[in-house]
Amino acid sequence: MSDKFKSRLNVASLFLLFGLLFLFNRYGSGYQIRILNNIGVFITLAVSYNLINGVCGLLHLGPNGFIAIGAYTSALLSMTPAEKQLNFILGQVIWPLSVIHVPFVVSLIAAGIAAAFFAFLISFPVLRVRGDYLAIVTLGFGEVVRVLCNAGERVTNGPLGLKGLYPHTNLWWSWGVATLAVVVIQRLIDSNYGLAMKAIREDEDAARAMGVNPFRSLMLAFLISAFFSGIAGGLLAHLITTISPALFTFFLTFNLLIMIVVGGLGSTTGAIIGAVLFSWGGEALRIVEQPMEIGSFTIPGIPGMRMVIFSLVLMLVILFASKGIMGRNELSWDYLESKFARFRGTKTPQ
Amino acid sequence: MSATLFLQQIINGISLGSLYALIAIGYTMVYGILRLINFAHGDLLMVAAYAAIYEISLFSLPWFFAFPLAIIATGAVGILLDRVAYRPLRQAPRISLLISAIGASFLMENLALVLIGGVPKPFPRPHFFSRVIEVGNLHILVLTIYSPVITLLLVMGLLYIVFKTRAGKAMRAASLDFEATRLMGINLDRIIALTFLLGSSLAAAGGIMWAMKYPQINPFMGVLPGLKAFIAAVIGGIGNIVGAVLGGFLLGLCEILIVALLPNLAEYRDAFAFLILIGVLLFRPTGIMGEPLT
Repeated sequence: MSDKFKSRLNVASLFLLFGLLFLFNRYGSGYQIRILNNIGVFITLAVSYNLINGVCGLLHLGPNGFIAIGAYTSALLSMTPAEKQLNFILGQVIWPLSVIHVPFVVSLIAAGIAAAFFAFLISFPVLRVRGDYLAIVTLGFGEVVRVLCNAGERVTNGPLGLKGLYPHTNLWWSWGVATLAVVVIQRLIDSNYGLAMKAIREDEDAARAMGVNPFRSLMLAFLISAFFSGIAGGLLAHLITTISPALFTFFLTFNLLIMIVVGGLGSTTGAIIGAVLFSWGGEALRIVEQPMEIGSFTIPGIPGMRMVIFSLVLMLVILFASKGIMGRNELSWDYLESKFARFRGTKTPQ
Repeated sequence: MSATLFLQQIINGISLGSLYALIAIGYTMVYGILRLINFAHGDLLMVAAYAAIYEISLFSLPWFFAFPLAIIATGAVGILLDRVAYRPLRQAPRISLLISAIGASFLMENLALVLIGGVPKPFPRPHFFSRVIEVGNLHILVLTIYSPVITLLLVMGLLYIVFKTRAGKAMRAASLDFEATRLMGINLDRIIALTFLLGSSLAAAGGIMWAMKYPQINPFMGVLPGLKAFIAAVIGGIGNIVGAVLGGFLLGLCEILIVALLPNLAEYRDAFAFLILIGVLLFRPTGIMGEPLT
């Protein structure tokens, strides 16, 4: 398949995607649009999380911290001073934040930059360690961010959180950012930097011997991942319009981890599939928490059952199908062509 | 701060530290052999506390039967955890093992949430532990004194097993060289099961004392003590039992003293342990007692 043909296919499928979104935006119910928005935001989060966990092979457990930073930054910048006054009952918000009011898009970019800045700061202690230590330090970072959000009443309004944000996030924002994140991150993975990251994942000493600087490559992945997580945090804040520290617990990280493990660690396509399945399946599974009527029997709903199912799914996948849905494959045009060729029983010229 | 108050805080710190120490031992033993942070270790505290509560309230067992029984039950859960979540992954990449551990931890918490409910249950504190001793101006709950004593007795028992018995020798061998130990004809799965049994039982003892100290228990009670105990294990030098005990006492003392000396920082108490962790990893990654990493 020629490159020209492939890029035409890319453009065509993008048109198809946004055409579908247009139809949903116009004719879909509020519930459908909401789920689609969720899917868009989670695709951004899962794909950027997969860059660290799947491609670089580091078990990073602190994306909830970056998402929280992004959400708070974006929310504080996009709220009008009057809205802030309404929110902060305990004490006034500190000075520069009390007067700043910027358009949504600027607040999103600021959210990304703020998250990337924190990623830069913590990357020095974090990237010095590997394996379980890295997991626990990043987990600690996520917790520290949450504790700071709880305690910093003059900035984050403490446990009360921020309420009544304007619902800026629509399908165009959530899916536009998701597309951007997928394109940027996939291009990075396919570049030389991406090769270096995969080399570090497979054998760090060997990669170092080949002249790869692990710190620099991992730092790049860390910053880009945090940048998109921060933006997605801003989108999330303006989607659910209420944020509080309780939203950004380790639980959020756990959900992202399920998505990328089920989709296949190291595969961007897998992360997307995982995000779609999780957001959609999570809604579909709500029935187990509601009372069900079968004939004349009523089965009482069990609150919390969804999380039991999710944890079981995670464990079963990791124990019995550790490759997940996609393994490390990507759903590219070449991949499709080779599958199709195998289906027809012919070999493709490589 | 008056000298009495200071002494009081020191005693509180030692008491809290002894609980961290008991829990940290389990982390350090499992890490020593499997090189795995057993994320589900903290949840064993919760298992022990609920087991004790149900034995006391359903079967009306006296506490001196109920507590040891709960400890045995938790030890069994620890072995089960290894059998189900970790043993199938012995040859798998490290990241799979960690994800399995996180999955197991969430499964235990949420299963408890579904089966028992999220409403905190009051934990019955036996009369034996709830007397108050008065020394001068000091008012000390007897539990505060007993928990370091119990901890030290348990640690001595553990050290005896690890350093004076054949099974303990096998354990130490496994933590030095996993493959060579297997080649010596030692049944590693059994040794790992024993490690989980010992670590989980100590965590259970810690969990029950934790529940008596903070007598409101819920399915997520083990998460934070578990994380802090892990940090204590890192401070002491992971893989080293005596180091874990020292790290536990040190972390408990630091935490209580910082909150006592700088009350404005009390809100940040839970973040503090992680800052210590980052500091230790930056400047002395092998902890107090750890050998240099090669």
